[in-house]
Amino acid sequence: MPGGDPGVVGERRWYWPAFAAPGILWLVLLFLTPFYTVVAVAMGGLDPIFGQPVPAWSPTSWDPATLRQMVASLLGNPPALFPNLQPVFVRTVVYVFVATAICILIGYPVAYYIARHSGRRRVLLLVLLIAPFWMSYLMRMLAWVNLLQTDGYVNQVLTFLRILPEPRNWLAGDPIAVVLGLVYGYVPYFILPLYAALDRIDRSHLEAARDLGASPARTFLRVTLPLSRQGLLAATVIIMLPMFGDYYTPDLLSGSPHTTMIGNFINQFLHTRFGQPRGASLTFLLSLFVAVLMLYYVLSVARATREARR
Amino acid sequence: MSVDTAVARPSPARPEAGSRVARFRSWLGNPWGRPRFLALWTWLYMAWSIVPVLVAIRIGFNAGRSRSTFQGWSLRWYLHDPELSVLHDESLRHALIQSLEVSGLTMLVATPIGVALALGLARWRGRGSGAANVLMLFPLVTPEIVMGVSLFLVFDQLFARFVPITFGTQTQVLGLVTFTISYVVIVVRGRLFAIGRDYEEAAMDLGASPAEALRRVLLPLLAPAIFAAFMIVFAIAIDDFVISAFLCVQGCETVPIKIYSTARLAPSPSLNALATLMLVASLAAIALAVVAQRRFIARREMGGRSAVEEFARLEI
Repeated sequence: MPGGDPGVVGERRWYWPAFAAPGILWLVLLFLTPFYTVVAVAMGGLDPIFGQPVPAWSPTSWDPATLRQMVASLLGNPPALFPNLQPVFVRTVVYVFVATAICILIGYPVAYYIARHSGRRRVLLLVLLIAPFWMSYLMRMLAWVNLLQTDGYVNQVLTFLRILPEPRNWLAGDPIAVVLGLVYGYVPYFILPLYAALDRIDRSHLEAARDLGASPARTFLRVTLPLSRQGLLAATVIIMLPMFGDYYTPDLLSGSPHTTMIGNFINQFLHTRFGQPRGASLTFLLSLFVAVLMLYYVLSVARATREARR
Repeated sequence: MSVDTAVARPSPARPEAGSRVARFRSWLGNPWGRPRFLALWTWLYMAWSIVPVLVAIRIGFNAGRSRSTFQGWSLRWYLHDPELSVLHDESLRHALIQSLEVSGLTMLVATPIGVALALGLARWRGRGSGAANVLMLFPLVTPEIVMGVSLFLVFDQLFARFVPITFGTQTQVLGLVTFTISYVVIVVRGRLFAIGRDYEEAAMDLGASPAEALRRVLLPLLAPAIFAAFMIVFAIAIDDFVISAFLCVQGCETVPIKIYSTARLAPSPSLNALATLMLVASLAAIALAVVAQRRFIARREMGGRSAVEEFARLEI
């Protein structure tokens, strides 16, 4: 509707935009401007004497040298005095995909059960499901640092059950520990939106499928799964995005250079003045890399909102 | 819905072959049966998600120094240890206060701005409203590290030229407000769509001005969502690590930052005690919000749903 809604008598045209103005101004100043600063620092240079970053504020003075070096390094041929980031990049992608796949395997049945079958226990299950949201991610990782100590409970149980012959050192560069840490950290954020999507499915569709002779499995595959596709994709995207920028999970659960992710390098670069253009370049490239996921999510939510508004 | 008859329906005629698989599939697919496998899976998941945290809490009450084995209950790491307990270790105490201060301030700033933005975006139909709606969604999906880096650089490289910037409480609050405004918008807007425009229009037909309709009709109807928004912002802010860490240089360590910097270094259970205290603080805040909600808002205004269900639904 290009003309918009005529509005109610007594409302002026600027009335509702005025409510939105402070929030929009805030986001322009502290969300868009900061992102432009990342681009400016990435496209800028270093002060030759002090080693300070010199941002290129105007697009006419952009110099993509650092960015180009960073791309080369991510693709496996780093210029001189530059770390080779290809293994790190590959590792990040592998960790994120494996962790996401495990999240889906663990999380879908849980969301499905709570949405469909929990009955009187629903509130209790929802409280347990939401509980991790009230705990710091770092506290939940700390719990695993305790459990995975060499003399910790995990090793005690596994050696008692003879699954491991002797206690294993989980916390020094073990990819299993890092991936399981990612799964443990992010799976609640996957389950909750998926639960909401499954809960919205109209039960009469399922009844219709069953009445028309579909087996339970077929009903699930042909009705429930397609109807939950949007929710499943949204939930997957919402956990993949922060995982790509994660650096604290490998730091806490491993700390070894064999498990570093892209985020660890961003964090390291940012901690020195002369590293900042590199950190900004890597941040910019990471944003480009995940832009497809971000756009998918934003556009699907925007479309749902437009429909809700009608 | 007949619960018990539906259980008997699948595959009575099917032979034994792969009956386990068949039963598993019927559990998965039957929308009305009692899927015991799924129930088991769900409860196992819940145990897996909660028990490690309970173990961590218990280690905070350890009498000994170990962080991995429990040696009896005590309050040593909360009160008694003269150097390392939360009470006596200045840096731990400071982290707790910093966390509460930053998240409290964030909540007070982000919620009003977010509520206004939600009202504006839901009602404003003119030019620019589409772009504003899309802009509002981006902080929700931007990886936190990107926001952390960009906020750090903008304060350091741009804003510091015009105003003196000290990285600490002020930058942390500014950053966290940016991060949380959109959550407020999502929560409040969901409720606004559910309410519709009828009540407001009725009020205005009866002679109320737009401001009166807002104050006396819309805001009371929105109250549950506004409470929920306060809760959510507080919870996000107190648990946040990445943005708080990038916007802190010295003397502004929050509890998550403290956990990050010492979890692998200083092996004392007082860190677990500290994390437990923060968990108690955020649970207390939620309990307070729920009690307030129960007390001031009739249940029928929430459509008969509990606060928990309201929250589960609001999270996108």
